[in-house]
Amino acid sequence: MHAYLDFEAPLAELEGKIAELKAIANPDSAVSIGDEVKALEKKAAKSLADLYQNLSPWQKAQVARHPDRPHSADYIATLITDYTPMAGDRKFGEDNAIVGGLGRFRGEAVAVIGQEKGHDTQTRLKHNFGMARPEGYRKAVRLMETADRFGIPVLTFIDTAGAYPGIDAEERGQAEAIARSTDCCLGLGVPLVSVIIGEGGSGGAIAIATANAVLMLEHAIYSVISPEGAASILWRDATRAKDAAAAMRITAQDLKKLGIIDDIIGEPLGGAHRGPEQVMAATEDAISRSLRAFSAMPPDALRAQRRDKFLAIGRDL
Amino acid sequence: MNWIKNFVRPKIRGLLGAKRETPENMWVKCPETGQMVFYRDLENNQFVIPGSGYHMRMAPDVRLKSMFDDASYETIALPQATLDPLKFRDERRYTDRLKEAKQKTGAEDAILAGSGTLDGLPIVITVQDFSFMGGSLGMAAGEGLITSMRAAVDKKAPYVLFASSGGARMQEGILSLMQLPRTTVAVRELREAKLPYVVVLTNPTTGGVTASYAMLGDVHIAEPGALVGFAGPRVIEQTIREKLPEGFQRAEYLQEHGMVDMVVHRHQMRDTVSRVVRILTKAPPILKNSINGNGNGTALVPAES
Repeated sequence: MHAYLDFEAPLAELEGKIAELKAIANPDSAVSIGDEVKALEKKAAKSLADLYQNLSPWQKAQVARHPDRPHSADYIATLITDYTPMAGDRKFGEDNAIVGGLGRFRGEAVAVIGQEKGHDTQTRLKHNFGMARPEGYRKAVRLMETADRFGIPVLTFIDTAGAYPGIDAEERGQAEAIARSTDCCLGLGVPLVSVIIGEGGSGGAIAIATANAVLMLEHAIYSVISPEGAASILWRDATRAKDAAAAMRITAQDLKKLGIIDDIIGEPLGGAHRGPEQVMAATEDAISRSLRAFSAMPPDALRAQRRDKFLAIGRDL
Repeated sequence: MNWIKNFVRPKIRGLLGAKRETPENMWVKCPETGQMVFYRDLENNQFVIPGSGYHMRMAPDVRLKSMFDDASYETIALPQATLDPLKFRDERRYTDRLKEAKQKTGAEDAILAGSGTLDGLPIVITVQDFSFMGGSLGMAAGEGLITSMRAAVDKKAPYVLFASSGGARMQEGILSLMQLPRTTVAVRELREAKLPYVVVLTNPTTGGVTASYAMLGDVHIAEPGALVGFAGPRVIEQTIREKLPEGFQRAEYLQEHGMVDMVVHRHQMRDTVSRVVRILTKAPPILKNSINGNGNGTALVPAES
């Protein structure tokens, strides 16, 4: 059973009915409900297809934040073998909003970094809802530098509403930590591949997504500010998030057109949470293709590719 | 109703070629103490309120003049960026907001870059203009920063940035976010060319600007009282639902927390920047003929070129 989003209400009703019927179905009963279930299932499938055929940017934002959506920890658990988490920035502390470590991707050594939101109250608190403090970015830098020294590629999974806006984060230099992390990405002599799996929230995302290849899930979003934030600033009304989402161009499809991302990874009908295995497999293939494209490039060429790619953004619009 | 005030008047002003240095109001109120100051006195004091020491905003051109020798510099031509690629509209069209900002400031965007000499040493200085849409960082400003940093690389000159910005320009969406890595590329080019990069943080500098080039300087200077931070105070208050401590995110607080090297009064800015870049470029020291150092120093040994 899935948690339903507001716009999925018709689907929720249909699937609810199906579940109800199935629950009361009794093999000894004289009345067969099989046909009715089948008809409802057909209707539900159509409703799902209709809903997801043309998601609005704001609906996509909700799918991207769906509580059941696979998170970084899921990708790491599925795609990385020999995963060996590493902790701490060696300066102040350990920030669980950014997880990461060493491991193997299809047998090859990699460093992996991901923003983790958590999946229940306890883990959400532990991971601070995926909103990192400076320590998180400094840990990311440490991991990237380690990977660079040993010549192993870096994979990052992006899923954050943004860097944490708090007193402690400011005190310890949130801005500087993000800037250094972006800077570090640009200096890497090893391939860096980023996948935006849910929310790519502003500076908090770009800090670990200044990559040779930026991949993005079909219903993920990536933006300079959250639709709610933009609505409250530009429209002075947070309820205009829907308009802000549309105006800002936050969808993978729009960002591909603008040349911000390199590739879109397809999701099953109804979003990643309705077929995690499928999404993992597609993500694995996409990462593998990108890694292959960059694995033979010498360090200087990798740095140049990354630099030129970002410099080119926006110049031909 | 506001059409005349917001559109016609600036337009007429634009046609007459009047600059905004011409004060509409000859008296200026100190935002801190409420004290009224005569505009001329303020101008003669580098826009620092004489009594309170409050550092008012300084127009980009005035700022550049305050730094370069003989108040003279050559403007660095900045490339035109694509206007409004997203066809953005909130309550108003982005193109209308841009038009208004251009009329108000007489500038193309929120940035002005100049090259010249500082105590005889060739230097490139860029100023962000908070009066142009909150100094927001969009494609034009990003391209301007890259161009001016590269001008410094070409001239083998130190680069000084007077930062002031509310952050990314939301009307350009993700393209404004992309200016973070893009400007960082240019900072790396300065670094590779072994040229000093001095950041002067002025009031206010927040958001994406601090989360990129403005926090990557070799030396960080802040003007007294300048608000500098990643998240704005309002956002933080909303998140943590607490009042923020006194002086939070102010220049002095940043220095205490290790984010800036020094807090420097505007009257000492020129000499401080000059001293720093001369040390970093191994240029000979300057013998000042005035102790408050409001302007022209004399080089012990004439600077080369």
